[in-house]
Amino acid sequence: MIRRFREKIDPNTFLLLITITLFVLMYIAGILIFRDKHFGRVQVFLNLFISNGGLIVAAVSMTMVLISGGIDISIGSVVAMTCMLLAWMMEKQNIGIIPAIIVVLIIGVIFGFFQGLLIAYLKIQPFIVTLAGMFFARGMTAIISTDMISIKNEAFLKIANAKLYFPFGGYVNRSGDIVYPYIYPSVVIGLVVLLLMFFVLKYSKFGRSIYAVGGNEQSALLLGLNVRLTKLKVYVLNGFFAALAGFVFCLNTSGGFVEQAKGFEMEAIASSVIGGTLLTGGVGNVIGSIFGVLIKGTIETFITFQGTLSSWWTKIVIAALLCFFIVLQSILGSSKDKKGKISKDH
Amino acid sequence: MKGKKKIISLLLMSILTLVLWGCTSEPASKPGGDGKGKDNDLIVVGYAQVGAESDWRTANTVSFQETFVEENGYKLIFDDAQQKQENQIKAIRNFIQQDVDYIVLAPVVETGWETVLEEAKEAGIPVILSDRMIDVSDDSLYTAWVGGNFVKEGHDCVDWLAGYLEELGRADEEINIVTLQGTIGSSAQVGRTKGVEEKLPEHPNWNMLDKQTGEFTQSKGQEVMESFLKSYDDIDVVIAENDNMAFGAIDAIKAAGKDPGEDIIIIGFDAVKAAFEAMIAGDMNCSVECNPLHGPRVAEIIQKLEKGEEVEKTWYVDEGVFPASEAAKLIDSRPY
Repeated sequence: MIRRFREKIDPNTFLLLITITLFVLMYIAGILIFRDKHFGRVQVFLNLFISNGGLIVAAVSMTMVLISGGIDISIGSVVAMTCMLLAWMMEKQNIGIIPAIIVVLIIGVIFGFFQGLLIAYLKIQPFIVTLAGMFFARGMTAIISTDMISIKNEAFLKIANAKLYFPFGGYVNRSGDIVYPYIYPSVVIGLVVLLLMFFVLKYSKFGRSIYAVGGNEQSALLLGLNVRLTKLKVYVLNGFFAALAGFVFCLNTSGGFVEQAKGFEMEAIASSVIGGTLLTGGVGNVIGSIFGVLIKGTIETFITFQGTLSSWWTKIVIAALLCFFIVLQSILGSSKDKKGKISKDH
Repeated sequence: MKGKKKIISLLLMSILTLVLWGCTSEPASKPGGDGKGKDNDLIVVGYAQVGAESDWRTANTVSFQETFVEENGYKLIFDDAQQKQENQIKAIRNFIQQDVDYIVLAPVVETGWETVLEEAKEAGIPVILSDRMIDVSDDSLYTAWVGGNFVKEGHDCVDWLAGYLEELGRADEEINIVTLQGTIGSSAQVGRTKGVEEKLPEHPNWNMLDKQTGEFTQSKGQEVMESFLKSYDDIDVVIAENDNMAFGAIDAIKAAGKDPGEDIIIIGFDAVKAAFEAMIAGDMNCSVECNPLHGPRVAEIIQKLEKGEEVEKTWYVDEGVFPASEAAKLIDSRPY
């Protein structure tokens, strides 16, 4: 039965389906187990997006980089640098919110451009280049300020705290008021980036070239694609998204601090892999990565709702999930190889 | 061959799913199971702790875990943020959705709490801060703060020194003091320095020769003390703004051929267990306590709120002064 099913469906869609099924099962389990603790509330689900807005942007961007056959481990540091820059510009230099955001996005693009240049044209391994980028950005964050900077800019806080309410699904709180479920603008940014990248990767020429370059650079070259330029574009766009992820992250924490977002890049990579992206490149999609983020968020929610488990269990469950998906990918991948390589580059 | 692989893959998948299922659901099923009615009578407290970075912090956590037990009418939901503010924000959001009765927050950093505390306020859940303060423009976002009174610790330090010098018969002598300050700008440094300085004018025969930061670490404390010893030949007293720097100072003084505790009086802050050991060894003279046992004080506030009483914003924990003469007697009773 599985065999017939597998022949109809390609391995990557199969992986995606497993990820989605796993998430749905986990969530239903949560609703059943914690029904007296209101796990089933709409807000609990929305909180997965609210608390992980920055990670959604970062994971989508990371997925793109991984599909192109690269990796970016500087995202976490760039996020910290962006938060610190935003806080420093708005609080210490009295720069308005709009110019401050434009400046950090431009810095992100420049950062991505340099990394892309080294990776695409000098053919240095992306891991090494972005490792340097990681140290650089973290160092710069500390150079700007070793102290925390709290953002008090009114326009910024207004955006950060603007609740977009849903007209249904409310619950009555302890003082008897009805609280409707809400999201913040950060969630909207995350979802816009997700949709945008979904269409870019699936339908645009640029998106298809990323898959081709990541799947097999040699064939992509023979097909007449500009491999270097494609890679450069990927890292420039990734730099932009890293800075945007920083802005979204900053909306959640409203402050700059050197230690912020440590290990963020690893969470983004883990989300992508759980979502079915291959580290070898050429395979992956952003919808899976979102479910990767949601699965991570659900595990964290499980652990706080449970109340007595150490929060470190999140890491252990994520590790188990990663193992599970890597093994699965390798099994599906090896059977794919036997069928011939035609399917890989299609 | 192909068939075998498929069987293996199927097997692996089912095993892993089962394992994961077990991980997530088995321990979780316990709290829901044992009597809903009993749970409803308990006061549910969500506690977002910084992490477990030091002995002090661990003692702080244990104090909450021992106070908020079912026998006392509480149910504690504990979350270790692993030193990350993002994690604390997530934990607080989950506490809100679980309709906990109170949220206790020991913030990792001072900034960035407006959004999530606004959510707690909207849900009508009082927030009590423990240990560090937060930097918010709206005071109504938290109900109360519990922590150490660093200024008073500074006062206590000066008062103890005055008493000790009198005991030694040196009350009228010229006394030269140096201070190893903590990380500049931290609330412990600011409070302790201020406390000492406020009391100094009461003793005109005391000279504060120098103040420099040792950043709360033993190695930096030692370094700064070495330079003090080179610049001044007649230091009588070292005030170290935490015990770790005092240990560094002890090493520096020994290296300079002097006897710490005898030739130079050493006062530390925090009163960690190692300080008691140093006092018993005769290397240190006194340590002013920074009490991590916040649990009972927070419980006191919650009890008041339960009765509908108004509570004050600022609550200090009781803190003692421990001289070397009492160290041997007290060391076994120290929880951290």
